[in-house]
Order: sequence, then structure tokens, then C-alpha cells
Amino acid sequence: MIREMVGMAFIFIGITFDFFGVLGLVRLPDVYNRLQAATKCVTFGSAGILFGAFILQGFNSFGFKALIGIAFIFLTSPVAAHAISRAAHRARIPLAKETIVDEYEKDKELKEQTT
Amino acid sequence: MSLAVKSKIVVFVLAMLVWLALTGLGRQEIISGFVVALLVSTMAGQFLITTHKQKHLLHRWLYAVLYFFKFLWEMIKANVHVAYIVLHPLVPIKPGIVKIKTNLHKDAAITVLTNSITLTPGTLTVDVNEEKKEIYVHWIDVKATGIEECTKEIGARFESVLREVFE
Repeated sequence: MIREMVGMAFIFIGITFDFFGVLGLVRLPDVYNRLQAATKCVTFGSAGILFGAFILQGFNSFGFKALIGIAFIFLTSPVAAHAISRAAHRARIPLAKETIVDEYEKDKELKEQTT
Repeated sequence: MSLAVKSKIVVFVLAMLVWLALTGLGRQEIISGFVVALLVSTMAGQFLITTHKQKHLLHRWLYAVLYFFKFLWEMIKANVHVAYIVLHPLVPIKPGIVKIKTNLHKDAAITVLTNSITLTPGTLTVDVNEEKKEIYVHWIDVKATGIEECTKEIGARFESVLREVFE
């Protein structure tokens, strides 16, 4: 009974943060800021849902699959965000107009001048 | 015992344990898992452990646990931060890409550091310059632009712990 409630609470928290992530995708201005919302909230939210599933199921093969799913989400989601943001910057997708500093662009120009 | 053989044995044991946790203890599962784990560890087992350990294993594991809890706390903070920005009617952001320095040397350590930076408040790793040991970070709420201040603000909280774990 208590286990069920705790598991449901984790699933609810996960869904809430997933919702914030989606809201961030809609509201934030450019691809980099959107990635921030998408990676952080979706990683945490999905991990919360999987952890809730693990608590509901206990230590059987189903629960372990949920735990290993958490580990893989934590490993892969930041790497995907890194790849997308790097590719976006190389494809010269502009940053939002609020942006105040871009060291990456400066260093890239310097490299192109020297070579 | 040579390092490659040691690494292969570790890979075999880990693969077998994960497989048994995923499937359960049937006769078919044990036999098929044994065969596949043996194949994988003989073909690709030598890449897991590449250097002799310098510090005691227990020491590294204790710091790994400490790092886990620190990371979890930062991650909760990051999510509340994003929720605040997203729910605020004006969307208060001040984004920019800054540079930070790192003193870590191993590939695995830098990977964990950059992944942690991505999952902690307001920062996202864009690229790594391996020769100069610099990391380019997209920061949603820029507080400083100099390389020293940014290093202190973003990277320092994890780096000290990660050095104990990996190096």
C-alpha cells in the first residue's frame, strides 16, 4: 500500500517535470536554450517515471530493466544534447538575440584565420 | 596477470551479472548469457581497464558515492531552476557561450564532467578542446564572462571530487 503510494508519487513527479521540459521547448527562444530545458527536465522526469515503476515492481527482472533504463538515459541524453548543440553551432544556426557572449564563435574565427 | 586479461575477466563478470539481473535464473538464460558474455569479453574486453590503479579501490568508490549524491542534489536544483524560468511570464534568460578550463586528463573523467555540466543548473556542454583542455559551455543565465570566474562557477564543484574518483 505505502509502496504503491511512493511509486505513484515518483511517477507523478516525473510526469510534472516532463511537462516543464515540454513547456520549455515551446517557450524558450533558440535551439540551445530549448536543449537546456529538454535535456534536464526530460532526463529527470523520465528517470522519475522509471524509478516509480521500479518501486512498484520491486527487485525482479522488470524492476532491474527500469533501473538499467535510468542508467542509460543518464549516459545518453547529455551526449545527444552535446551533439545537437555542436552541430547546430557548426551549421551557423544563430543564437537568440538576448545572447550576450559567444566565446565559441570567437575561437572558431581565430582558427579559420590562422589555417 | 596481464592488464588485458584482468580487464576481460571484469567485463565478463559485469556482463553476466547485468544479464542475470535482466532475465532471472533459468537454465536457458544462464547458458545463453554465459556464451554471449564469453564472446563479448574475448572480443572487446581489453578496453575497460587501461591503466593500473593508483589509489585504493575503496577510496575511489567512496568518492563515487559522494559524487552521486552531490550530482543528484545539483540535478534537482537544475530542474527547479528550469521550471522557474519556464513558468515565469517574462522568461528571464541571459544566455551565452562561455569557456571553462579543466585539469582532468583521462577521457572518462572529462566525459563524466561534461555530462554532469549538461545536467546541472543552467549549463550545457557544446564542445571540448582536447589540446587546450577547454570546455565550451552554453549558459542560460550568464553571471561572468572571464575564463577563471566561469571555471570557478561551473566546473570546480565537480572537478575536485572527480579527480579523487578517476585519477
